[in-house]
Amino acid sequence: MTTYWGVVAEFDSAAAIYKAAEQTTQKGYSRVDSHTPFPVHGIDKALGHGPSHLGWLVVCCGATGIFLAQLMMWWMNAVDYPMWVAGKEPYWWPSTIPVTFELMVLLSAFGAVFGMFGINKLPRLHHPIFSHSTIERATDDRFFLSIEASDAKFDRTETKKFLESIGGKHVELVED
Amino acid sequence: MTSITIIDEPENPLRRAPLVEGKNNFASVTNIVARVAENRTPKGWYLMFGIAIALLLNLGAMIGYLIFTGVGVWGNNIPVGWGWPIVNFVFWIGIGHAGTLISAVLFLFRQKWRTSINRASEAMTIFAVMAAGIFPAIHVGRIWVIYWVFPIPNQMLLWPNFKSPLLWDVFAVSTYFTVSTLFWFVGLIPDLATFRDRAARAGRTIAARAYGIFAFGWHGSNRHWVNYEKAYLILAALSTPLVLSVHSIVSFDFAVSLVPGWHTTIFPPYFVAGAIFSGFGMVLTLMIPARKWLGLHELVTLNHLDNIAKILLLTGSMVGYAYGLEFFIAWYSGNEYEQFCFINRAFGPYGWAYWIMVSCNVISPQFFWFRSIRRNPTLLFIISIFVNIGMWFERFVIVVTSLARDFLPSSWGYFSPTIIDVLTYIGSFGLFFTFFLLFCRFLPILAISELKGVMPEANPHHGHDQGHGQDHASGHNKAH
Repeated sequence: MTTYWGVVAEFDSAAAIYKAAEQTTQKGYSRVDSHTPFPVHGIDKALGHGPSHLGWLVVCCGATGIFLAQLMMWWMNAVDYPMWVAGKEPYWWPSTIPVTFELMVLLSAFGAVFGMFGINKLPRLHHPIFSHSTIERATDDRFFLSIEASDAKFDRTETKKFLESIGGKHVELVED
Repeated sequence: MTSITIIDEPENPLRRAPLVEGKNNFASVTNIVARVAENRTPKGWYLMFGIAIALLLNLGAMIGYLIFTGVGVWGNNIPVGWGWPIVNFVFWIGIGHAGTLISAVLFLFRQKWRTSINRASEAMTIFAVMAAGIFPAIHVGRIWVIYWVFPIPNQMLLWPNFKSPLLWDVFAVSTYFTVSTLFWFVGLIPDLATFRDRAARAGRTIAARAYGIFAFGWHGSNRHWVNYEKAYLILAALSTPLVLSVHSIVSFDFAVSLVPGWHTTIFPPYFVAGAIFSGFGMVLTLMIPARKWLGLHELVTLNHLDNIAKILLLTGSMVGYAYGLEFFIAWYSGNEYEQFCFINRAFGPYGWAYWIMVSCNVISPQFFWFRSIRRNPTLLFIISIFVNIGMWFERFVIVVTSLARDFLPSSWGYFSPTIIDVLTYIGSFGLFFTFFLLFCRFLPILAISELKGVMPEANPHHGHDQGHGQDHASGHNKAH
């Protein structure tokens, strides 16, 4: 028996997908997602998606950057091989600021980019949704709504019928 | 052949001009950008690429010659120990500032017009930083021990001196390069997915695979967009202070020394203004021909060029103010070395370079007070070339005139470049343009998904009446 990943429907415009997302969540579906060529603003609320937690990860990475930079400069210039330059003590905090700042930015940026990939579980070169017949337009000019089979309310025929009733085109069951 | 509508309407501050002109929808925006990479390679591209590759090979040959022979092949000699290589380094790193400024600072200020030029400017940034990074690396003389600048164990059992601004520069430039590249790549992902899907649909399997690998399996999921947009915002917020810090730290290379003409506190803001000025100058130099040859008039509009010209006017005037203030402070300091240094800059043996710098950087952007000039691509292009020339001379004036005549008249000298200096500099343009031409040929040169996001139809409360296309506010009210 084939297992299904979910049902996917195509919509014409940002306005249409927004309305469809509202109707779907109002109907009681919870594992709903949209697939759009650009982020449709406000649709997070219509889909019931919460905000991103990436910011906290980045703060931790930035703090690590500050700590590692200070530790590195203190240990290298004051502990392992003390260096007196320009009449300043081996560890002299004002001259550590530029490097500390740069490492804070560097590690925060790594946190933001790799954290985003990690939370999104990317790269993932294959995804069941790619077997939908018109999904390639999700990166062009069409807007797709998916309801996953893991949704408690999911039913192969009913969910498909529902998406057709709210104006979805090319409503297809997608295999896992 | 499609007809091109060029709207020459100045922007009304009370009613924003459309960011995408002509009768465009999401699909046509995708087409305009994608066809640049999908059409047959134009003959002109091969010609330009051939020239760029030749210059790049020349750069390789010059670097090889330098390494085998030694830094004596350059004109650098006491008292001018920092000659063209450092001038070129600051020139390129300055150009490399516009991309991140456009991507990050204009993003934080919600300047939506940035969407049409940010991708190409970010690419320009990365390639300019690559060209910049070569110069200090080969300038060290013994390039085979360049790793001594990094905090990694070496045969001397000695760590880098973290009190040196030159070392801060290593961290600043390498962080800047890494973060700019990441920012650019993150922005590219949705557009690479667009290219992947178009290639797959057209049956071009190899292209679809190649784009697909770098698109990371992107399929526009909103769960992904939420984190993606957050990451983009955080990167913008990080890049804004980063871009200011990088050129400040570059200026510390000079300002932390005691050489008259270098030892000034005005350097960090003055360098940053100059970097933005030169970067936007190079954006115009690249975007005006690209817009014309690649048919991007409706996406890179006259309003966008007008805005860039205004930024050039502002930063050019700031640079001019800094030139004036340097003279004032030199007089006000009462320090005779400082005073001599500036009089010598303007009226000494390098006076010609000083006045080229002033004409190009201070006088030429003043033409941008006139709207007709700001909206004339040909004139904009010509003035942008002057800006590029002027900013190279600014660095030449700062680096060379200060060193050539410092404290002791008995040790004064006059710097003359060698042919190797000239060929190496020209070669760095080969590196820059080789990468830029490859980028124009194979990657989405405008940010497709961002452009769609600023079109009126992207607003989910827009409704279907195209007549009110530009009116976001009324569209919003109707939905509630």
